[in-house]
Amino acid sequence: MKKVIEGSHAVSEAVRLVKAEVISAYPITPQTHIVELLSEYCATGVMKARFLRVESEHSALAALIGASTAGARTFTATSSQGLAYMHELIHWTAGARLPIVMAVVNRALAPGWNIWTEQTDTLSQRDTGWLQFYCEDGQEALDTTVMAYKLAEQVNLPVMVVLDAFFLSHTYEPVDIPDPDQVDSFLPPFEPKFQLDPLNPCAFNQLSPPNVYMEMRYSMHESSLYALRAYQDIEKEFQDIFGRAYGVVEAVMCDDAEIIMVTSGTVTSTCRLLIEELRASGERVGLLKIKVFRPFPAEQVIDALRNAKKICVIDRNISFGSMGIFAQEIRASFCNESLKPQIFGFIAGLGGRDITVDTLKEIYFTAKENEHPERPDIWVNLNTEVLS
Amino acid sequence: MGTAAEVLKDFKGFNMKNIPTEELLSPGHRACQGCVEILGLRLALKAIGKDVIVASATGCMEIVTSPFPQTAWRVPWIHVAFENAAAVISGVEAAYKALIRKGKIEDKKVVFLAYGGDGGTADIGLQALSGALERGHDFVYLCLDNEAYMNTGIQRSSSTPYGAMTTTSPPGKKSIGQSTWKKNLPAIVAAHGIPYVATASPAYPVDLMNKVKKAATVPGPAYVHIYSTCPTGWRHDSSIAIEVAKMAVATNVFPLYEVIDGEWKLSRKNPKPKPVREYLKMQRRFRHLTDDEIAKIQARVDAEWKTLLERCGESPEAAKDKDE
Repeated sequence: MKKVIEGSHAVSEAVRLVKAEVISAYPITPQTHIVELLSEYCATGVMKARFLRVESEHSALAALIGASTAGARTFTATSSQGLAYMHELIHWTAGARLPIVMAVVNRALAPGWNIWTEQTDTLSQRDTGWLQFYCEDGQEALDTTVMAYKLAEQVNLPVMVVLDAFFLSHTYEPVDIPDPDQVDSFLPPFEPKFQLDPLNPCAFNQLSPPNVYMEMRYSMHESSLYALRAYQDIEKEFQDIFGRAYGVVEAVMCDDAEIIMVTSGTVTSTCRLLIEELRASGERVGLLKIKVFRPFPAEQVIDALRNAKKICVIDRNISFGSMGIFAQEIRASFCNESLKPQIFGFIAGLGGRDITVDTLKEIYFTAKENEHPERPDIWVNLNTEVLS
Repeated sequence: MGTAAEVLKDFKGFNMKNIPTEELLSPGHRACQGCVEILGLRLALKAIGKDVIVASATGCMEIVTSPFPQTAWRVPWIHVAFENAAAVISGVEAAYKALIRKGKIEDKKVVFLAYGGDGGTADIGLQALSGALERGHDFVYLCLDNEAYMNTGIQRSSSTPYGAMTTTSPPGKKSIGQSTWKKNLPAIVAAHGIPYVATASPAYPVDLMNKVKKAATVPGPAYVHIYSTCPTGWRHDSSIAIEVAKMAVATNVFPLYEVIDGEWKLSRKNPKPKPVREYLKMQRRFRHLTDDEIAKIQARVDAEWKTLLERCGESPEAAKDKDE
């Protein structure tokens, strides 16, 4: 059934459909709408979940670690400072191999105090073992959340479903909300292999000396790599039932493109407009949207980009002292390729600053008019008055 | 009569003749000789029985019972970091309620037990504990108080008593040792208005087991603060660990009491308290204290005892009248 709903509520609907059993959350803007609706669903009996109104994000995840180990399907959501506060347990969740799904609404980290969108909060969690999926619109947020449970429970790793603040979380769009029976047929109930059960006592998260720790980490890494293929299979199954698929990356008019724009999240939609406009005026431009960031789909990225002359990576994030984080990943992916395009890295839209079609056009022509990037990170539209 | 008191009306306790012989925390763990902390934990498990799920904070008890591929636990056990045993057990309890409601697991009484040391409870874990108490989960929390961070090598916590030597509160020309008074954690917990709070000591094992059993019996959150002598950290011979624990009660340094539905009740009235000096001189962590400092500690112990008697509705004279 199609309904016009907020991006945040698209996630809430998915959590209702997967029949999450324990939800715990702590309020933080701009995530709150997700859990507000879930709270209402629990209060009115639409959902049978236990909803824990915990005293912090740290405890939100701690409670889910307990609940997931006890055999419940779980959900939480957070942003920015809340995610940073969870950090210790972000590592823990993945190390404990728990299929927890968390929506993160990207928000800039303080100071300066800023509630608007930026990806540095989630991208700085990239080495924790969580799988990370970046969404472009409300439909994708809903579908990705449903698929995230299936994947997490298959590979025993947690998943972050990532949404841009306001541009996605607070934007109303028509979203096709699947039929509960169809979701049931797609996603079986959560049946963990081991759980906290007095009839079959097990110890979880023991002291693990050097003779076993490294193998535990290797196994996490292997599962994380395997998750890319598993996700593709799951998406095929999803497509058969619901008729929609996204791909780990999406290449738009890349085959003959000389310059390819690389985006993630809502900037992708803006870029789609630019591509249409530039193609109409004869520019050979393409677009690569990266949906899956962890595991990083290096092979798919190289395949899509290898024939272009120049690549424009748009990073709404910054790794200080290095460059934009998507640009890092793409440069690293190409390092052993004999033929590689010039890779331009652009930093744009930090702290919620608008990225418009004009911003992207400026980026495109910067790449077109320069043979090489002048530096690995080109900052777009810096206001010199503020800097001085 | 409050909820807890109502439930405990026909409470049947343990005595020396009916203590369960089954060891749910098995021998062979790696606790130090004379460790009273693990004794308290072992007795607590005997009191609860095997229908339990245990959440452990990081600390001595986690380390000594769990080196992979071994475990001393014969009941389900989960360790999740240092500060969050109470949050973890609240998630486990919520999962059980949700799964029972869905008919995915059998509806039978399981005790949800979390424990932490004094650091994991009074310091880094206080927020998570307060949150879980306030939310009213049905769980038991044990604070195993050995009065310092023993697992990391005897550093002071907010539960370390005044004057004690630890590796981060060493006495010296400009230091008395621990310079602050011990945080009154049971009173802080009781201020949450939960159904059951108690202090207990493994030197009084039947009293301890009965309190843990009551904690597990009442609906809602319950808390037992267990005095846990640590020969390694307190610098006394392991053979006198229980004597030290008894002396703590005899000198009113660690009084035993319960708070049921907000009603405070002394477990031992102690009409003839021994001088605090008798307790301090057993332990090398207090060896540097001067007579003046000992007098200061005595005055503090007397004042706290007086406050406790008032909370329990006992006049100091009445407490002297009869000994339970």
